[in-house]
Amino acid sequence: MRTREHALGTRWPFYLICTLIFLFLVLPIFIIIPISFSASRFLEFPPKGFSLQWYAKYLGSRNWTSATLRSFQVGILTTLFATILGTLASFALIRGEFRGKRLMYGIILSPLVIPVIITAIAVYYLFSKFHLIGSLWGLVLAHTILALPFVVVNVTATLQGFDVTIERAALSLGANRLITFFKVTLPIIWPGIMSGALFAFITSFDEVVIAIFLCGSKPTLPKQMWDGIRIAINPTISAVSSLLIVLSIILLLTLTFVRNRSGKL
Amino acid sequence: MRTEKDPTVYGLKYLAPSGALLAAVFILPIILFLSRSFLDPEPTLRHFIHAFKEPVYLKIIWITFRISFTVTVSCVLLGYPIAYLLADVKETVRNLLMILVLVPFWTSLLVRNYAWMVLLGRNGVINNFFLTLGLIEKPIRMLHTSFAVNVGMVQMMMPFMILSMFSVMNGIDRTLLRASASLGANKFRTFMRVFLPLSMPGVGSGSLLVFIYSLGFFITPALLGGGKAVMLSMVIEEQVSSLLNWGFASALALLLLTCTFVFFFVYTRFFKIERIF
Repeated sequence: MRTREHALGTRWPFYLICTLIFLFLVLPIFIIIPISFSASRFLEFPPKGFSLQWYAKYLGSRNWTSATLRSFQVGILTTLFATILGTLASFALIRGEFRGKRLMYGIILSPLVIPVIITAIAVYYLFSKFHLIGSLWGLVLAHTILALPFVVVNVTATLQGFDVTIERAALSLGANRLITFFKVTLPIIWPGIMSGALFAFITSFDEVVIAIFLCGSKPTLPKQMWDGIRIAINPTISAVSSLLIVLSIILLLTLTFVRNRSGKL
Repeated sequence: MRTEKDPTVYGLKYLAPSGALLAAVFILPIILFLSRSFLDPEPTLRHFIHAFKEPVYLKIIWITFRISFTVTVSCVLLGYPIAYLLADVKETVRNLLMILVLVPFWTSLLVRNYAWMVLLGRNGVINNFFLTLGLIEKPIRMLHTSFAVNVGMVQMMMPFMILSMFSVMNGIDRTLLRASASLGANKFRTFMRVFLPLSMPGVGSGSLLVFIYSLGFFITPALLGGGKAVMLSMVIEEQVSSLLNWGFASALALLLLTCTFVFFFVYTRFFKIERIF
C-alpha cells in the first residue's frame, strides 16, 4: 500500500521506540552468550579473550552433567505422560457430553493460574508423607500437572476444527476404531499434539519452583542453577544458560514450523 | 457410532486418567495444605488474625500489590507499541518479529533472571559500561533493589501482555480506520477515537493476566530483590522452608490464592485464557 511506504518517513520515532523495546526484551538474554566465552575469571562484557573454560567446567563436573541428565529424564517422561493424558482428555472435552464439562476444563487449566509456589508447597506437603521427595516419579507427576493444560489447550484447538465425517467415512469403509484413529484422526491432529508436547517438555525442563521442593538430593538442571545463583554468581552458569537459550530457540523454531504446517492443512 | 449413542461414557472414560492425577497430585494436596490454616494445631483463626494484625505482613501484602500494579502498567505502556506494530506489518515481517517476542517467552525463567543479575550487578555489565565511559565514579547499586525486581518482572511478563493485546488488535476491522480517515479524521484522531477503544479488550485481558501472574511471582523477587522487595510468595516459602510454620504459611497461601481467584474470576467473565498459548 502506498500509504504505508509514505508513512515510513514520518513514523521513524515509532519504529525507534519499538526497536528500543525489542532490545529490552531480547538483549538481556543474548548478552549471556558472548560472556560465556570469556577468557577472564569474572563475568565481563565485552568479554576479554575467547575461551571455552566455562563449557569445559560444565561438561567436566559430575554435578552439572547428572543434573542435566536428570532434567532430560524428567522432561521426557513428563512430555510422554502429559501428551497422552492431555490428548485423551481433549477428546473427552470436545466430543463427550457430560455434566461438569466446563468445570473439568477449568480444573485442568487451573495450574496455569494458581501460583506455582502454592502448588509446589502443597505437593511437597503431601509427598513428604509418602517419602516421594527426591523421587524421579514424584517430580514427573507434579510436572505433568503443570504441563497438562498446554497439551489440552493445543489439542482441543485442533480438535475443534476437526470434521468428524472423515472418521465416519473410514469406519463405514470397514476400518476399525483403532485403525481409524491412527490412519485418519492422528495425522490430522498431530500438529496440535506436537505443539502440546513441545510446550510440555519446555515446561518441565525449565521448571524450578517445584524442583526446589521435590528434588531432594538429586537436583534437576534448574535446581542446580538456582543453588549456584543463590550462593554466588557462578560463571559456569553462563555456559549452561547459553546452551539453554540455544535449546529454547530450537524448540521454538520447531513449534513455529509445526504450527505453520498445520496452518496449511 | 458408539460415541453418539452414549457420549457420557465416552467422555468420562478418556477424562479419568487426567482426573485421577489432578485429584491426587493437585487438588488433594492443595486442600490438605490450605486446611492447615484453620487446623494448625487445632481449629483456630489465629493465623489469619496474625497475618492481619502484624504490620509487617500488611506491608508485604501492600508491596505485593504495588509491584504487581507497577509491573502491569509498565507492561501496558511498553507492550502496546509492539502489539500495534505486530498487527500493522506484513505477515512475513510479523512472523520474524513474533520470534523476538517468543524467544523470551520460551527462554528459561532462571536464565532470564540470571541475565538480569549479570547486567545489574555491582560489577555487572551496566556498571562496568558506565565506569569505563567515566559517567559514574563508583558502581551504582541496582541489583537487590525493588527497581531490579520491577525491571526484571516487566521483561518476564511482556510476552503475555503483547500476545494478549496482539490477538485483539489483529482482529480489528481495518475498514473502520479507513472509514474514519475518509470522514476527515487525521491519523491521531483515528487512533484515539477508533483504534484505541477497539483495542481495549486486549489491554484489559493482558493486564489482568500479568497482574495475576505478578501476584504469585516467586523467582524474580527472590533473586533480584535480595530482601529489598519481599513479596507474599517469598514469605510463604520462608515460613515453610526455614521456620516450618505450616499453619501461618497456609493462611498466607490461602490469602494469595483468594486474591488470584478474584482477579481470575473477573478475567474469565470476559476473556479466554487459552487464546494466549
